[in-house]
Amino acid sequence: MKTSIAHIAYNTFREAVRDRVLYNLIAFALLLSGAAILVGQISIEIEKLVVINLGLTAVSLFGVVIAIFIGIGLVSKEIEKRTLYTVLSRPVRRWEFIVGKFLGLAGTLVVNTFFMAIGVFAALFYVSHKFVHADGLVFMALYFIILEFLIICSLALLFSSFSSPLLSAVFAFSLFVIGSFAEDLRGFAAMAHGITRWLATGAAYLVPNFSAFNVITSIAHEQPVAGQLILQNTVYALFYAATALSGAVLIFEYRDLK
Amino acid sequence: MLAIEILGLEKTYKVGFWRKRPKPALRPLHLQVEEGEIFGFLGPNGAGKTTTLKLLMGLVFPSAGSARFLGKAWTDPTVKAQTGFLPEQPYFYDYLTAHELLEYYGQLSGVPAKQRKQRIEQILQQVGLHDVQGVQLRKFSKGMLQRVGIGQAILHDPKLVFFDEPMSGLDPIGRREVRDLMDQLKQEGKTVFFSTHILSDAEALCDRVAIIHKGELRGLGAIEDLTSTVRGKVEVIWQGTQMPPSIKALGAECHVAADTVRVIIDENQQDAVIDALRRERLRLISLTPVRTSLETYFVEKLRHAETTAATTV
Ligand SMILES: Nc1ncnc2c1ncn2[C@@H]1O[C@H](COP(=O)(O)OP(=O)(O)OP(=O)(O)O)[C@@H](O)[C@H]1O
Ligand SMILES: [Mg+2]
Repeated sequence: MKTSIAHIAYNTFREAVRDRVLYNLIAFALLLSGAAILVGQISIEIEKLVVINLGLTAVSLFGVVIAIFIGIGLVSKEIEKRTLYTVLSRPVRRWEFIVGKFLGLAGTLVVNTFFMAIGVFAALFYVSHKFVHADGLVFMALYFIILEFLIICSLALLFSSFSSPLLSAVFAFSLFVIGSFAEDLRGFAAMAHGITRWLATGAAYLVPNFSAFNVITSIAHEQPVAGQLILQNTVYALFYAATALSGAVLIFEYRDLK
Repeated sequence: MLAIEILGLEKTYKVGFWRKRPKPALRPLHLQVEEGEIFGFLGPNGAGKTTTLKLLMGLVFPSAGSARFLGKAWTDPTVKAQTGFLPEQPYFYDYLTAHELLEYYGQLSGVPAKQRKQRIEQILQQVGLHDVQGVQLRKFSKGMLQRVGIGQAILHDPKLVFFDEPMSGLDPIGRREVRDLMDQLKQEGKTVFFSTHILSDAEALCDRVAIIHKGELRGLGAIEDLTSTVRGKVEVIWQGTQMPPSIKALGAECHVAADTVRVIIDENQQDAVIDALRRERLRLISLTPVRTSLETYFVEKLRHAETTAATTV
């Protein structure tokens, strides 16, 4: 039943909203306006650079933190609190529950990012009093950030389906940090020899390659994003998230509820 | 048609750090419940009642065996749309109000949007939560949550209802209401399967009961059949503090209060006791049969099982 996925997704979103997750927007707005006012007093040339850099980095970090903190509890908390009993005894399949949870969290992040994006554009307008064509590149960066969120949501959900929230948080954060250096890791692996090389290469390609998603710096310098990278990142993110989600479903499908 | 058919369901938990040590929670269980029955599932703490219900609801997976509901496989989604479940000590999304929760569950159970609103109103009325439907569930008391639990179990008008200790956490009025509700479900032709260790509830409601202990089925049948093997007792109370010797000679249990005496005797000694009281000109206050309760049966049966188990070891 496809409709139950939508209902579960909406309920997940509603929970996030009622848990005051969107309050992070206030912190974001304060941070951004503080920065915009501050750099406006320092230098005219770099202020736009700083606003884009800082703004987008904040969008990404705030989102990652939310994705992990909500994601790690999505399944384990429902098992712990036994709220799942009265859901799974209804005509809801377990995979539908997982997919619904994922979509709900992803939706929460998209909404959150949308409001943050408004903030970034407002700050841009504040420092330069107009929009130029190159500002459209910010949308590209935001798109990549959302793709990144999809991967992190799916990973947090995967960990949540078999381990405690604390462990899941540790796993997810580690993967996020390691994944941000995935390209360096691949470089190191290529320099190794023998079995180490195989293992290191395997690990380097297994962790999510977040470095490919970070175009913030180049966008701040108004460098366009190659069409190939867009395609590549889209396919990669969807594939990675789908795989992690399938893993979560496989684990959850055969799990005894406490 | 059979409403519930349990075919050798069995559950062994794996416990310990490496999940190596087997812990049998339910031995192979075979049970059949007719449509329209109120069926009681009795047993002391840790007997395996909740385990059985969780198995039936697909929340935990059996080590072996299966079940059929209404003639279909238990995992069939069309069957799940026709079953309702009240878990033990239910807990719900506490950021929702009672109304929102029922709305959500109605959606998941496929209650058509048009009927949903009216149905929810009706249920809230029925479980006595109409005044607090706009309050978030985090502010609900235990008994109120239990009422929400009962409400959500019957929300989608299921043909088959499973209740795990439906009376727990309820005040006397609540218990009465739940009894009435179960009776009403029976009138509507529904099948009710509920677990309890409160025997008077089972006595008042059930057509048949099953008794399990340590994961094993120990008794099954109509209550009269199960209780007929245990002899009845009668409680006699009279005024005064005097104890006629002929009654004392019966060796009855005897309690003397400020100005009454209370004894509990076997049913067949009843006439002798009344005669004695008359002879002594003592004023009889009351004579009540202590109805052979399931409890007596229960205790005797389990004690018997225990001693036989002990002697065979
Ligand atoms: N998740 C679990 N892991 C290990 N053992 C378990 C688990 N759940 C239940 N058990 C064991 O299974 C047995 C049956 O438990 P169950 O909860 O079914 O009892 P119950 O009849 O519902 O008792 P109560 O009247 O106290 O609710 C108990 O010995 C319990 O320790
Ligand atoms: Mg129980």
